[in-house]
Amino acid sequence: MYSPATDLGYLLHKHPSRIQSFDLSFGQAHVFYPEASTEKCTAALLLDVDSVGLIRRPRGQFTENFALAQYVSDRPYVASSFLSVAVARVFGSALSGKCKERPELVKTEIPLSARLSILPCRGGDKLLRRLFEPLGYTIEAEQHALNTHFPDWGESRYFTVTLQNTCSLSELLTHLYVLIPVLDDEKHYWVGDAEIEKLAKHGNDWLAAHPEQESIVRRYLKHQHRLTSQALTQLREKDGQETHKTTQAQAEAQIEERIGLNEIRLVAVTEILKQCGAKRVLDLGCGEGKLLPKLLAERQFEEIVGMDVSHRALKIAQKRLHHDRLPEKQKERIRLFQGSLGYRDKRLSGYDAAAVVEVIEHLDLPQLAVFERVLFEFACPRKVVLTTPNIEYNVKFENLQAGYFRHKDHRFEWTRDEFQSWAVGISKRFGYTVVFHPIGPAVEDIGPPTQMAVFTREDGGEGTI
Amino acid sequence: MSKGNRSNSQNQSRLNQKPARNRVESRANPIIKKMKIPEPSLVLLIGASGSGKSTFARKHFKPTEILSSDFCRGLVSDDETDQTATGDAFEVLRFIAAKRLAAGKLTVIDATNVQVEARKPLLALAREYHYLTVAVVFDMPIKLCQERNEARPDRNLKPHVVLQQSRQLRRSLRNLKREGFRHFVYVMPTPETVEAICVERQPLWVNRTSEQGPFDIIGDIHGCFDELVELLKELGYNISTYPDGDTIVEPPQGRKAVFVGDFVDRGPKVTEVLRLVMKMQKSDRALCIPGNHDVKLIQALRGRNVNLTHGLAESLSQLEKESTEFKTQIVEFIDSLVSHYVLDNGKLVVAHAGMKEELQGRASGRVREFALYGETTGETDEFGLPIRLNWADEYRGSAMVVYGHTPVAEPQWINRTINIDTGCVFGGQLTALRYPEKELVSIPAHRTYYEPIKPLVDEVDKSSSVGTQQSDDILNIDDVLGRRIISTRLHHNVTIREENTITALEVMSRFAVNPKWLIYLPPTMSPTETTSNPGLLEHPAEGFTYYRKQGVSKVIWEEKHMGSRAVVVVCRDPETTKRRFGVSDDTLGICYTRTGRRFFSDAAIEAELLGQVKSAIDKVGYWETFNTDWICFDCEVMPWSVKAQELLQQQYAPVGASARVALEETIASLKTASERGIDVNCILDNYRQRASAVTAYIKAYQEYCWPVQSIADMKLAPFHLLATEGAVYFDRDHLWHMQILTKLCQSSKDNLLFATHYGIVDVTDNASQTEAIRQWEQLTERGGEGTVIKPLDFVVQGKRGLVQPAIKCRSREYLRIIYGPEYTLPQNLERLRSRGLSHKRTLALREFALGVEALERFVHREPLSRVHECVFGVLALESEAVDPRL
Repeated sequence: MYSPATDLGYLLHKHPSRIQSFDLSFGQAHVFYPEASTEKCTAALLLDVDSVGLIRRPRGQFTENFALAQYVSDRPYVASSFLSVAVARVFGSALSGKCKERPELVKTEIPLSARLSILPCRGGDKLLRRLFEPLGYTIEAEQHALNTHFPDWGESRYFTVTLQNTCSLSELLTHLYVLIPVLDDEKHYWVGDAEIEKLAKHGNDWLAAHPEQESIVRRYLKHQHRLTSQALTQLREKDGQETHKTTQAQAEAQIEERIGLNEIRLVAVTEILKQCGAKRVLDLGCGEGKLLPKLLAERQFEEIVGMDVSHRALKIAQKRLHHDRLPEKQKERIRLFQGSLGYRDKRLSGYDAAAVVEVIEHLDLPQLAVFERVLFEFACPRKVVLTTPNIEYNVKFENLQAGYFRHKDHRFEWTRDEFQSWAVGISKRFGYTVVFHPIGPAVEDIGPPTQMAVFTREDGGEGTI
Repeated sequence: MSKGNRSNSQNQSRLNQKPARNRVESRANPIIKKMKIPEPSLVLLIGASGSGKSTFARKHFKPTEILSSDFCRGLVSDDETDQTATGDAFEVLRFIAAKRLAAGKLTVIDATNVQVEARKPLLALAREYHYLTVAVVFDMPIKLCQERNEARPDRNLKPHVVLQQSRQLRRSLRNLKREGFRHFVYVMPTPETVEAICVERQPLWVNRTSEQGPFDIIGDIHGCFDELVELLKELGYNISTYPDGDTIVEPPQGRKAVFVGDFVDRGPKVTEVLRLVMKMQKSDRALCIPGNHDVKLIQALRGRNVNLTHGLAESLSQLEKESTEFKTQIVEFIDSLVSHYVLDNGKLVVAHAGMKEELQGRASGRVREFALYGETTGETDEFGLPIRLNWADEYRGSAMVVYGHTPVAEPQWINRTINIDTGCVFGGQLTALRYPEKELVSIPAHRTYYEPIKPLVDEVDKSSSVGTQQSDDILNIDDVLGRRIISTRLHHNVTIREENTITALEVMSRFAVNPKWLIYLPPTMSPTETTSNPGLLEHPAEGFTYYRKQGVSKVIWEEKHMGSRAVVVVCRDPETTKRRFGVSDDTLGICYTRTGRRFFSDAAIEAELLGQVKSAIDKVGYWETFNTDWICFDCEVMPWSVKAQELLQQQYAPVGASARVALEETIASLKTASERGIDVNCILDNYRQRASAVTAYIKAYQEYCWPVQSIADMKLAPFHLLATEGAVYFDRDHLWHMQILTKLCQSSKDNLLFATHYGIVDVTDNASQTEAIRQWEQLTERGGEGTVIKPLDFVVQGKRGLVQPAIKCRSREYLRIIYGPEYTLPQNLERLRSRGLSHKRTLALREFALGVEALERFVHREPLSRVHECVFGVLALESEAVDPRL
């Protein structure tokens, strides 16, 4: 118990008997006190986000695809990075722990309670607790249904939250300032290097020791890989070498697990293409270009073509290859273009081999017949190396719910039998022979995580047009 | 009487162009008067510098037809006499020449061309483009050339250069024909000859573009005389046979028969067929082109040593008793025939075995080969027959190509080409195609006269799927990639920007249904101009005003259902699905969204929906009314929540849920503060208004959601009858559409089909408009989304072109879903009033034109690629950045 509670007015630098309004770039903030007695004092920060005004601004001030681009948006109603900005503007001195008139109050630990009317929590109640409990808070959280008329729509990601702690006001505000946008997992402004400094400033005392440090940093920096690792390094330098090593090792193991299969797959495909003596090769459905650098590294491949239906993916692939900075000789070897496996395409004729890595499962089953003709009848390379997931192996993925495919866009996943009978059918119809290889560690009765078919044209490849 | 002298020709070469009359033995006959130049052809002027080539060219040819080496030298070096630029100049010259030849233009090369090495690449170019070549030689006295050069201030030629050029020319003269100029070598020895020359352009023999028909094009006859007579009668030809066996054929007024060749071999009455056809041709009642069998027959008749296979022995034995004179006539007849014909302003091409676009209207040995035999891979199949390359599959030309040669069970349209050889002699049928009607008329063979080596099969059946679109089963990337210009009948050319096709290719490939189903995509629709009515953004009066200004007096309003747009194609049976759409998945059709995605992820629900629509059609008898096996509707599927569940759960419901709680809490705090005597009333009022706006918003979106367990909870509201077999209904007004569809809905026993409310408004009459506005108000108060206002006629061409086919007028409450819960607050509404409609409206017109075009092309049985390019265009235009709230 702290008395008089109205000292809060000094700390916030706002008089308890007045209402004050502040103009912000995205609307207004009002501060008023619903109650102010010696026992209890409540200050309310009301944020009035002008959603229409935000959209009607010239473009470029807000990040693309952000929910704000829609008039029908939750931003005016929820605690988000807008609130953090408002806190810094309106309660700036309290946030940084300054109080001219009563400097001794700043460090005083007082029983505080913060209520957030609507706090979006991506990650739910669990994450909310994992973020605030280590900092000493008691948490009350009420989750709201999407629409009570339609109970089967389920719960929303919104909570009405009360946080209680005995700490300094500046600590409380700092925690809210950082963690609200982290829970929302969104930011209304461009996140760049300056954001690392902000995080360092506001997380100075508590972040290095926080067990959720990594996810806080990642979300605060909008999942930007470079920024995240830079910020984490800074934090760890501060915290000493010990933790540094262990976390890095953990991260490595995690990554190993994640990228392992993909790497094995790409190596296997490259190896087959090398062995068959192909010089001119296609990577059909090359996506963001994971296989292309591997092919480029092999001097045997004189001409490498990457094709994908997504123009955006191709741009990323081009970047990854550092295409514009490649030496002329290298640049000549590789070509990327947009195309679709649903259309016959004379640009694909006359190649020695084609890699079709994890592509067919993204095609609708009925459209597969077109793909077959486009590749095996019209493009008809001498060799086709084709991989696809083995659905039998899915039981081995702990995070994969039964009945779900590995990727949201997968239109189907096949068992080994299904895949092999399809591939054998193709080989018969189009004059190819086919051999199957497992990719990744095979498990008894289940097989490998990925299956690969290698088709070879029976006429030995003469007379390619 | 024959109009031309084609049939008199004694020495028609295999080059389709009668040469002899143009050939000039100039040395013996120094004064040539007429110089016949085939059009198109590649004309090489050959002569030393100063021999008068350029003057001659300017006198007889258009400036654009002349490619001069001097000019090209100037282009690349700023100096027409710069000899060091010669290499580059000729590269430019040949490049331009190639473009002109590809386009079928007469081209004159104004260069000295005195060396064989200089002429060689030009001759190669002519061969590549199947062009005839003409050599015009200026064999002038050397002295004359030298004098002329000296008189030209811009030339600084040493006399010995001209001397050398003249020598090279003389050396060339003897070999010009052998080099490849063959039939058109004109040598002019004096300036007087040059002066006296009169150039006469002569269209190629294959070019009959001025003949516009109508035609009856008849397939391979092979001696089936009785069936031919029957077929001609069926086509309305008057046939009288005289006792002496002579037959006179009189076509119906204005029509002409066109025979695709192969008159002889295998069949029983080769002589009779030849007599009839030769007579018809002689009296200009028919056009004939030769078939490979006909050509082989005359080789045999000429005594060449040929294999008496494939029915040739039968022909010869039948002709044995005929007079030598008749046999000579046959030889002359066949010999006089031109490889193929280009008719009706280039819209129709007839050739025995077909004709690729780049060979149409050209003359070369290769063209004739193609016309007679088609293109083969050089391999043979298991029956020993040559494997044919299917040129028709890749045909993208604009001319219709009618041909025969390879017997098929059923004539099939493949990319504007049709094979009408239905194997009469093998016991099939004798078929004619009426042009321009595109009707097929067939007479079954009286019996099998000759056993086929392999059974007649539809080209269709060989490739797994069957249908009208079977053979262009697979689309070509060239049909969609890059910047596209699509010509439409409603709105001229619609241009699609490359960045839009880039986006559309991904959407189409990743998400759209089988392209064979995509025969239509609906256009986007613009709202009314913003109204100045207080509290509203849209109001019907603005819609009425728009149409009144466009000169439309009658409009219709139709209730706008808040559901999801869907295009529904229903077939009478799975057989139709297979035959007409080429989709063999045993379904009754499809239901897809406005972006071409399958509407239902659950195939069972889709099947049930289609089944119910079909049974309503059965009951109302529309299969018979419209004489069709399939119908395509434009519809709305309700409730909105069927398709928009994700949007609801990701966006609409969360905004409602968070807003409700946030505003409640805010108001509670403000109240407490107010009770303490703090002056927050102004803010409190504002927040109370906001809270009621949010309540209204939640009510508005909930209105369009109801739980769907099965199809019984769904509604399908059709509002356009788009197309049936052979017909689109854009020429019927919307009242007709509404009445036809209301009748359909009434005959649905399953409650699925939902009739749309509508009303007719006279926008020049105040009372009529007031009444319509009253109805809009009533409808929107009940929670309706609003109305769509359309001109009564489906398509209206106004003073400034196509008029918006529809304008939407949405209700105040509905717009909360679009502009946000609180858009009605005065400070918001005023800012929202400024909105630009023009981009949206141009898009609407272009998409409308493309959608109509797609359906028109489909019902006219145009190839898949032609239909696809239009729907692809709609999808591409949909990626244009335009305010999504409009």
